[in-house]
Amino acid sequence: MTKFGATKVAKTGKTGKSGDKKPSNFAKYRERNRASDGYLLRTDIRRVLGNFLMVVLLFGLCFLILQPLFHQFSNAIMSRDDLFDPTVITIPRQPSWANFRQAAELMNYWSSLFSTIVITFSVAVLQIAACTLVAYGFSRFNFPLKRFWFACVIVTIIVPPHTIMASMFLNFRFFDLFGFVSLINGEPINLLQTVQGYLILSAGAMGLRNGLYIFMLRQYFRNMPKELEESAWVDGCGKLRTFAQIMLPDAVPMLVSCFLFAFVWQWTDGFYTGMFLQGQGVMAHQMSSLGEAFRVAYANMNDAVPPSIAQIEAMISTGVLMGITPIIAIYLVAQRFFVESIGQSGIKM
Amino acid sequence: MVKAKGGKSGKKGMTMSTKNAISGYLFILPFIIGFVAFMAYPLYQTVRFAFSFVTMDAVNNTFFIEWTGLENLRRALTIDPDFVRFLTEEIVQMAFVVPAIVIFSLFVAIMLNRKFPGRAFVRAIFFLPVILASGVLIGIETNNSLLDMVATQIQDQNAMRANVTGFIEDLLISATGAGVMGDFVFYILDITNEIYTIAMASGIQILIFLAGLQTISPSIFEAASIEGATAWENFWKITFPMVSPMILVVVVYSIVDFMVRTDSEVMNMVEIQIMRLMNFGFGSALALVFFLAIAAILGVVGFIISRLVYYYD
Repeated sequence: MTKFGATKVAKTGKTGKSGDKKPSNFAKYRERNRASDGYLLRTDIRRVLGNFLMVVLLFGLCFLILQPLFHQFSNAIMSRDDLFDPTVITIPRQPSWANFRQAAELMNYWSSLFSTIVITFSVAVLQIAACTLVAYGFSRFNFPLKRFWFACVIVTIIVPPHTIMASMFLNFRFFDLFGFVSLINGEPINLLQTVQGYLILSAGAMGLRNGLYIFMLRQYFRNMPKELEESAWVDGCGKLRTFAQIMLPDAVPMLVSCFLFAFVWQWTDGFYTGMFLQGQGVMAHQMSSLGEAFRVAYANMNDAVPPSIAQIEAMISTGVLMGITPIIAIYLVAQRFFVESIGQSGIKM
Repeated sequence: MVKAKGGKSGKKGMTMSTKNAISGYLFILPFIIGFVAFMAYPLYQTVRFAFSFVTMDAVNNTFFIEWTGLENLRRALTIDPDFVRFLTEEIVQMAFVVPAIVIFSLFVAIMLNRKFPGRAFVRAIFFLPVILASGVLIGIETNNSLLDMVATQIQDQNAMRANVTGFIEDLLISATGAGVMGDFVFYILDITNEIYTIAMASGIQILIFLAGLQTISPSIFEAASIEGATAWENFWKITFPMVSPMILVVVVYSIVDFMVRTDSEVMNMVEIQIMRLMNFGFGSALALVFFLAIAAILGVVGFIISRLVYYYD
């Protein structure tokens, strides 16, 4: 109400004034403001203040999120003297790459990078393939007990993996799959600390957060138009072919999003890494054991003198930075897929 | 949804729907096998372990289960010095952090939904915690026992030292005094101190809220402002009801995510019992109690919130 009245009055005020002499912008604004009973000035001040507050808040929060990265980086490029110099806080006096070299050596960086990429990639591909099939089945077919099985998907989302840890540990230590393995092999096999164990888990859509991917993909498939499939079916296209040739190409953005999540979360995961992938030297394990490795290596080199806290912290910072650089790079390149993923799925309960 | 009903199963008769059911089951077969073998059976076994003493026999490639009744649970709940304390601490902290996460992420999502220069960049930064706070990365520095010790020392020193925020905190607390208002101020101060934890835990939640906000059609807001609604009224009368289904999703996700984070004390305890000490029975009992606690909380919270949720369509 007020707004409309205000602009109208302001307009008439302007046209009335424009006859005699050209008023400055400021005078014009004052005139309009007076005509609107101070409403114009009030809203403008409120808007500017609001924007200012938002900029301050966003800047502060962004800084808050990025600060650990800055801190880790400045720690990582400090030389030994800088670490012990109390006057050096953020910017090192003699920046050096020595920490990076040593961390690379301790983490066996290049070979673990290679094996991490291979393992994480294959695990993520397998998980997303399984989840896509399952999600499509849930979104497009009606079958008895469908609600029950979907409730099971929700169960996999909310059961913490630690709950079934003991059972998983023993089941993979003596892997038997209801007696099938003994039947073929003669005795159960040990799949702990093998990639195969985790691949089997992934193929069954039971890897890290797989319930969530099923949920997201199902939402996405449900929102896709049904007509496409129907016309494909009328043209004599089978179920599997419809899925592979009609539905999958349209779902590529969502599949990429889910794959990226699977890849990135698998990269840093500690639980399944501890159970299956520790021995393979994946990055998550290398990062979390770097502190100990450094302590041992340092003590060996310096006649059993342990390294100082600052040195350990600098080393861990370096290792973490090196370990997450690949996934940060992926995030920066494919940021759109992460940001749009949830929006695409139209998640709701 | 309407289309799904009228589509295939309806007019084509029995055979079609049977075929549909079979292909449906074929599609979800990986999940059924995976679920039965690696979730349902382990869950059943966990319950069994929780009431037993389990020993591993590596020579004969098998393990033995010896029924001990409530012994493990009794040990967990009455004898173990840490477990009950860790569990209650965890739940209390969750009760603090989860509401803060929900409010914070809704607030940030509303800010990020506005148009301003550099929005894509700011969004990218806010979702960075999805990576930075995942898996082993969270608390990687506190995992190192020595560093942890020093960190607590530094915190203690900071608590003693006078600084601006500390002064404001003292002032606010003395001004409001005891009672409800004082508790509220305490809560706000606690949350402000935890702002880093909260920001790092809200990446996905912001995404969910943003997705929800983008589904609200702008014409509703237009109509409201023509009627003279203020931004405050717009928020409570339009935005909030429209994103309320998302609140349910976000609360459930936050609770689960908070409970299974890597630096959770209970999780560490379970992991140590099982992976290092090979106390499979006792570890399972701990894990089971923990899971039941989560499930109960989720059930209650989910029930309450789903009563309050408003569905637009």
